[in-house]
Amino acid sequence: MLRLEKLVKTYKTGDQALKAVELEVPAGQVLALIGPSGAGKSTLIRCINQLVEPTSGKIYLGDLELTGLSSGNLRRERRRMGMIFQEYALIERLSVMENVLSGRLGYVGFWRSFLRRFPQSDVDEAFRLLDRVGLAHMADKRADELSGGQRQRVGICRALIQNPALLLVDEPTASLDPKTSRQIMRLICELCKERDLAAIINIHDVALAQMFVQRVIGLRLGAVEFDGPPEGLTPEVLTTIYGEEDWEATIETVNEDEIEEALK
Amino acid sequence: MPTQNFKGQKIWQRRTGRESLGHWIMWLIGVAIFAYCWQQISAVTTWFFVWDAPRIADDIWTRATPPRWGYITQLGEPIWDTLNMASLGTILSLILAVPVAFLAARNTTPSLLFIRPVALLIIVSTRSINSLIWALLLIAIIGPGVFAGVIAIAIRSIGFCAKLLYEAIEEIDQTQVEAITATGASRWQVMAYGIVPQILPAFAGIAVFRWDINIRESTVLGLVGAGGIGLQLSSSLNVLAWPQVSLILLVILAAVVISEWVSAKVRGAII
Repeated sequence: MLRLEKLVKTYKTGDQALKAVELEVPAGQVLALIGPSGAGKSTLIRCINQLVEPTSGKIYLGDLELTGLSSGNLRRERRRMGMIFQEYALIERLSVMENVLSGRLGYVGFWRSFLRRFPQSDVDEAFRLLDRVGLAHMADKRADELSGGQRQRVGICRALIQNPALLLVDEPTASLDPKTSRQIMRLICELCKERDLAAIINIHDVALAQMFVQRVIGLRLGAVEFDGPPEGLTPEVLTTIYGEEDWEATIETVNEDEIEEALK
Repeated sequence: MPTQNFKGQKIWQRRTGRESLGHWIMWLIGVAIFAYCWQQISAVTTWFFVWDAPRIADDIWTRATPPRWGYITQLGEPIWDTLNMASLGTILSLILAVPVAFLAARNTTPSLLFIRPVALLIIVSTRSINSLIWALLLIAIIGPGVFAGVIAIAIRSIGFCAKLLYEAIEEIDQTQVEAITATGASRWQVMAYGIVPQILPAFAGIAVFRWDINIRESTVLGLVGAGGIGLQLSSSLNVLAWPQVSLILLVILAAVVISEWVSAKVRGAII
């Protein structure tokens, strides 16, 4: 469904963020992208929807190649890729409803969106999504009145109302407490399953990634170091990705957490 | 090195000997320059007028009090003109300043190389000329009256409003813009959803702040013939009608106090 061929990104400063990344994501697969800060995780995700323009290489979404599209066509393709951000990136001064509906901007004209006259079907869908994430009663609240977990749920609704085929998720839990982090990860994975969505989730928390995803990609210095199931993340593998450290604790935590979850 | 070893003890001083000497010399030069300037200014001052000042001030004070209260009936229309001049000028300048600000802000300008310098030039040139001088020019071009005053206020305010606004635009949270772009929104939609809500509080604050300043500026524009209460002030001064002058000053004071109160209220409501 998504295929990256020899994707390279070199910033103006000369830093090579991505070195010929090859990656194929089948429809409906949720994968986690792990790696140290500066490994190019954010750049990779932003290259896919062209918020960052790749230096070379090709990106296929379905059969269509995304690099070098005209701006109109690129906008049409961006609608198929929902994005969720670390700091939620909601429009703070707009209401929850307006934030969710902003996910439809690619589908409605300027004046309709400016005057907030979205089609009734969009409004219905927004209410349905808000209800699904448990925020239906918050629709008229301003986004800056919400807690972190609630904001991220709104962010998820905004991405889903685009009716995407792929979710690009950039550190969804980095600003959240451990419990909310799990709830958000669980919600994202459940929604992907419900809607048969593929997702690429950038994540720092290896244990959390192992808990929820089917496949893990380890990125180091802009190159793929590991590609396999979460059980494949042995201390040796983590050492090649992140460098020398006592990894047993990280992996053990996972097991303890799972027991804890099971007991609840 | 301010730390010295003295019989095994570490002595710490703020400055070394050489540094404190330099410091003293700097002060000495400063005092010398001050004394020299004082002497120069004294030499060209006609001291008779200065010693005379309290007596003249007292004289004007006795002539100006009490204000001629009856004159207030003739001030209603001029002060209304003045308020209108300030308000219309502010609105007009905001309409012109918004596009200039978007063209000048680094993150929204269509071209950093060509358009941004032009926008910055507009900002600098309109800001650098006082509204009194703009009024003088405009009276020559479009004739005396309130309209010239409105335009003078508007032109003078463009630079001020555009500068503050483009700084606000440059300080927005870029991830919100990214998020809207990622939905497939068009350029204008990104502006309406990603940028405008973020700068709206700054915009409202700038608008009332400038309006407040413009009320003060428009009171003097009449001095050069641009209408409003300044015109009344200048004609009263010309005929040495001090009781009228004092009343006009009181009216201006009241208008400024009220505008200050309004803008404080509005700003409080926004934030």
